[in-house]
Amino acid sequence: MDITGKKLFVKALLEEGVDTVFAYPGGMVTDILDELYRTESIDMILPRHEQGLIHEAEGYAKSTGRVGVCIVTSGPGATNIMTGLADAHYDSIPLVCFTGQVPLNLIGNDAFQEVDIVGMTRSITKYGVTVRDRKDLGRIIKMAFHIARTGKPGPVLIDIPKDIQTSLGPAEYPESVVIRGYKPNESVHVGQLKKGYKLLKGAKRPLFLLGGGINIAKANEKMQKLVEQTHVPVVTTIMGKGAIPTDHPYYIGNSGMHGKYAANIAVSKCDVLFSIGTRFNDRITGDLNEFAPHAKIVHVDVDTAAISRNVVVDVPIVADANLAIDKLLEWAEPQKTDKWMAEIAEWDQENPLEMRRDKGMTPQMIMEGINEAFEEAIITTDVGQHQMWAAQYIEVTPKKQFITSGGLGTMGFGFPAAVGAKIGNREKPVVCISGDGGMQMNIQEMATSIVQDAPVIVCLLNNYYLGMVRQMQQLWYGKRYAVTCLRRRRGCPQGCKGPNESCPPYVPDFLKLAESYGARGIRVLKEEEIAPALEEAKKSNVTTIIEFMIATDELVLPMVKGGNPMSEMILK
Amino acid sequence: MKNRWIALYVENQVGVLAKVSGLFSGKSYNLQSLTVGTTEDETVSRMTICVTSDDITFEQIKKQLNRMVEVIKVIDLTNVPIHMKEILFVKVRNCSVADKTELFQIAQTFQVEVSDIGEDSVLLECMLTVRKNDELIALLNKRFHNNISVVRGGGVAIESISTSEAGRTEYRKK
Repeated sequence: MDITGKKLFVKALLEEGVDTVFAYPGGMVTDILDELYRTESIDMILPRHEQGLIHEAEGYAKSTGRVGVCIVTSGPGATNIMTGLADAHYDSIPLVCFTGQVPLNLIGNDAFQEVDIVGMTRSITKYGVTVRDRKDLGRIIKMAFHIARTGKPGPVLIDIPKDIQTSLGPAEYPESVVIRGYKPNESVHVGQLKKGYKLLKGAKRPLFLLGGGINIAKANEKMQKLVEQTHVPVVTTIMGKGAIPTDHPYYIGNSGMHGKYAANIAVSKCDVLFSIGTRFNDRITGDLNEFAPHAKIVHVDVDTAAISRNVVVDVPIVADANLAIDKLLEWAEPQKTDKWMAEIAEWDQENPLEMRRDKGMTPQMIMEGINEAFEEAIITTDVGQHQMWAAQYIEVTPKKQFITSGGLGTMGFGFPAAVGAKIGNREKPVVCISGDGGMQMNIQEMATSIVQDAPVIVCLLNNYYLGMVRQMQQLWYGKRYAVTCLRRRRGCPQGCKGPNESCPPYVPDFLKLAESYGARGIRVLKEEEIAPALEEAKKSNVTTIIEFMIATDELVLPMVKGGNPMSEMILK
Repeated sequence: MKNRWIALYVENQVGVLAKVSGLFSGKSYNLQSLTVGTTEDETVSRMTICVTSDDITFEQIKKQLNRMVEVIKVIDLTNVPIHMKEILFVKVRNCSVADKTELFQIAQTFQVEVSDIGEDSVLLECMLTVRKNDELIALLNKRFHNNISVVRGGGVAIESISTSEAGRTEYRKK
């Protein structure tokens, strides 16, 4: 018997094991939302803005390993999720996003709330399609989930015209689909891998560079085993943070633009760089000609196109991290790396990663406070200075997860991602480290967090500025703080070079703002107040904003100027 | 930097051409020509693409095409024996009698057809390789500057039969 498209839609979600959807209504999705509303086993989350919605789905997907499902209406509903699609595409987050569309006969007429969302998102989705025939609906939804979660995961967009939702068609939801153009790699070329391992084994100064691929593949435990079996030290990218525990003796730190000095020097001095699950982004390599100049490079990645794109590698290996590591574990033998480790330790002593401790509260103290307060947690960050401090100082152990917007660098990501993570992990504490700029980009999701009873601890570092750009202006633009001061008002002097006594007050008052949502606000001015504030927030069962008032001129250091070699770090 | 040829089997669906061509603009790849038509299987289209690039970029282009869900198979024709032709129309206007005679000579030499003729204009219909078409256009441009109209179709290519056993590529067996 034939059923309506909306009935098949709900059936499909149930068969895919979906129990949570993030949905914002509108004319062109009312039908499927009505059908979902009658299904008790699917939890419908109503965010307060579609950008918040998709970041919540990202946080949910990243923290649970499941596919995040978004439903938004046509036109503005669809365009509002574009930033999140691009973010998920960059950071390989499995999402299936359904957009409503005007009825088939109106497509192309410039109908009310019509946009060509599939056309607009072609370069920022893994796959996107408009359902043009009701009989294809089941197969397309099946394809969407399959594509989103396999291979290098990513966002898939399915555009469903209103009349497809209401018209009758086959009731079957296929159990599997064959897509002739899509065959994710499911094996590893043993010969190539052996070649790579041989290089590693013969190295005097071997180094693992681990990216987000390890975390996505959940290969952390076996990676740690591999490190312990080979005695090869590890640096990570920011997305790879937590690939092995950050307190592991073989873990050096993050490499890259704001990486640890010892980590970047190790990359510059190593003779074999064995990298897994990274695409050698410019924030990792700096000047490509000077990147790992003495090293033979082995590169394992699930995405063929990531290999030999930015960095020409000596041994390319297309494989899922899990498969490659399993195989490597069969061969791995201990290597003599004591001398090399000692060298690295020396560099670390020369220029350790630390901030001043003499005058007032520093971001490092806040991050250490968070480390101590939580034995188990999901930690999300927004984008900017606080993100880099978190990437430098937050400890990631097997009970902790670190979620951040790495590729796209999306301000406004952190808080909704935390809310989404909490919705997917109600038993775990979720901490969002944010800045005063990024927090305001999706502040409306405070309401979502309250109404969904998804309490999150927001550690908001307030320096009155959009700090990351202010840092560049401070160093390289003669302290001309063009549109980065969040206190600046009409009437402020044109050439203002920084804070003084006559600065106007800051808005909003985050404490009052929190209260207005029924959340809590705590302001922290001094180091001694850090731990008590975190304890209080932990005990509280509603979302709490802890506003840490940090120095306005605090810098993220060390740093490498964009395009410079990674060995040329600005340390002070 | 040199010209290279790719044959591409893709799903014959709405938006696939936009996706493939969008890749070239989005990633700043240098697209010379792109032709597309359905194959013996009407659910599949075959594209012939000519790009100008260095080795590394060309490798990247192939990989990027390959990872698209709608792309069934990518065939690098750069070092494969192929048959390749491009259709080209050249209309030459304001011809004198002597010009017409010369055009007939040119047509004979290049082995192209004079497919239409008027009082003072001649239409050449050419089915040559892209390179040969380039040469013909260059010559006509020199001789009949400002008086020619060129319409060209972009190259289409298929692997040679005699040598194709080794390189035979059936998209179904991907």
